[in-house]
Amino acid sequence: MTELFGIPLAALYGQLVLGLVNGSFYAMLSLGLAVIFGMLNIINFAHGALYMAGAMLAWMGLQYLGVGYWWMLLLSPLAVGVIGIVIERLLLQWLYKLDHLYGLLMTFGLALIMEGLFRDSYGVAGQPYPIPEGLGGALNLGFMMLPKYRAWVIVASLAICFLTWYMIEKTRLGAYLRAATENPRLTQAFGINVPLMVMLTYGFGVGLAGLAGVLAAPATQVGPLMGSNLIIVVFAVVVIGGMGSILGTVVTGLGLGLIEGLAKVFWPEVSATVVFIIMAIVLMLRPSGLFGRQQ
Amino acid sequence: MSATEYLRVSDLHAFYGESHVLHGMDFSVRRGECVSLLGRNGAGRSTTLRALMGLTGRRTGSIMVNGREVVGLSPHKIAQLGVGYCPEERGIYAGLSCEENLLLPPRVSSGGMSVDELYAMFPNLKERRHSQGTRLSGGEQQMLAMARILRTGARLLLLDEISEGLAPVIVQKLAEIIVELKKRDYTIVLVEQNFRFAAPLADRMCIVEHGQVVAEIARHELAEKQPLLQQYLGV
Repeated sequence: MTELFGIPLAALYGQLVLGLVNGSFYAMLSLGLAVIFGMLNIINFAHGALYMAGAMLAWMGLQYLGVGYWWMLLLSPLAVGVIGIVIERLLLQWLYKLDHLYGLLMTFGLALIMEGLFRDSYGVAGQPYPIPEGLGGALNLGFMMLPKYRAWVIVASLAICFLTWYMIEKTRLGAYLRAATENPRLTQAFGINVPLMVMLTYGFGVGLAGLAGVLAAPATQVGPLMGSNLIIVVFAVVVIGGMGSILGTVVTGLGLGLIEGLAKVFWPEVSATVVFIIMAIVLMLRPSGLFGRQQ
Repeated sequence: MSATEYLRVSDLHAFYGESHVLHGMDFSVRRGECVSLLGRNGAGRSTTLRALMGLTGRRTGSIMVNGREVVGLSPHKIAQLGVGYCPEERGIYAGLSCEENLLLPPRVSSGGMSVDELYAMFPNLKERRHSQGTRLSGGEQQMLAMARILRTGARLLLLDEISEGLAPVIVQKLAEIIVELKKRDYTIVLVEQNFRFAAPLADRMCIVEHGQVVAEIARHELAEKQPLLQQYLGV
């Protein structure tokens, strides 16, 4: 059998892999958004711009300093994390007690500024980023050719999501994080430096976005608008998955990536909107999301 | 200030936003002493404990803990000086298991009880250590809220309404634990509604009204000051 409903299986598998790759980015980005929202009460609209900054930094590192992919995979998220910490200390820490709208406006403004800065220097056209050595080419799985870089993105993202889950659910630090998310004042009264944790959480969350950006660089074009193209879908993923479950967020991200991939094969016209259609249905049936805690 | 004074609260005022809730609290607790703050609902007893932890809004006046001024410190700095707080609502985390709740507060000094010791003292907690914190019964949650601050090595315990809403057998158990803690030289501030629970445990009682201490009764004066208690508390 080489066809399913008139679709060649090779094309179907190809789109499924691409869907998983996109889903990996959704998962990593929505994970950061959910952790940040839980801890800071901030809807981080700058998330897409920081993802873009992660990719741009990787590109700039290679272009100007000759620093390769693997080093930038480490350095770029760290740099984005530090940018995040500066943003949190200078701007966000004053907004926690206010309505969500203020944080949303602030981070949206920051996203526009960051995109504007990169646009000013590099224009809107994307820059190509070469696939790192050793990850070029494809693996022949027998039933399909699997591009090695795509396989790497999926494996790396899953590993990062798993590590994040493990850290939050199974370690002492994670217990502090969950406690501070649930009841920050009392947690502080137990001797835990909650303001410091909030700062580090933001740094970590946007660092994840930066890491996703570096992973995305060889898979897509690196350009100032790559974040804003993605972030709207990621917000929809967070709404569908709901807050309050790390695994739920990851599963939702991957699942929606796959659904998008399937839609591209079977009904290409809805592939760009299918996530939002699902979001509307989920909001009607389960307003707090598939894995969210009902209020 | 006497050498054995572990907590001295002087002219403490506290605010929630614009509303002025403590109006010059004055009291002190000696090392190893158990002082009960009694009073009607809304008199400012729980707020006093919250103010001691830095959980209210603006505070003025002075709070000396073991000779250190803490009125300007953040809550985590105050806790790190060895102050353990057991809040009225118990503050058990739903997102943490029973054992994670128990292990949450970081150690602030050596000399806290070990987990094994605590499980011996509260056998129910050991049995239910993998349960979600808020799935525990009210009594178990209260035990957990107490055990949690005994692990850290805190020497000053602020206990807010620990007997509230619990079955008599559990209240009895809590009383035994307080007696045990007094033997171990903990310094305790006990906020209570339940006079019959507090009376045998407290070395002194401070009657709180309108955010001030209006009377202080040592244990040996209980009989002669009965009319005063009658007047303030209706007991």
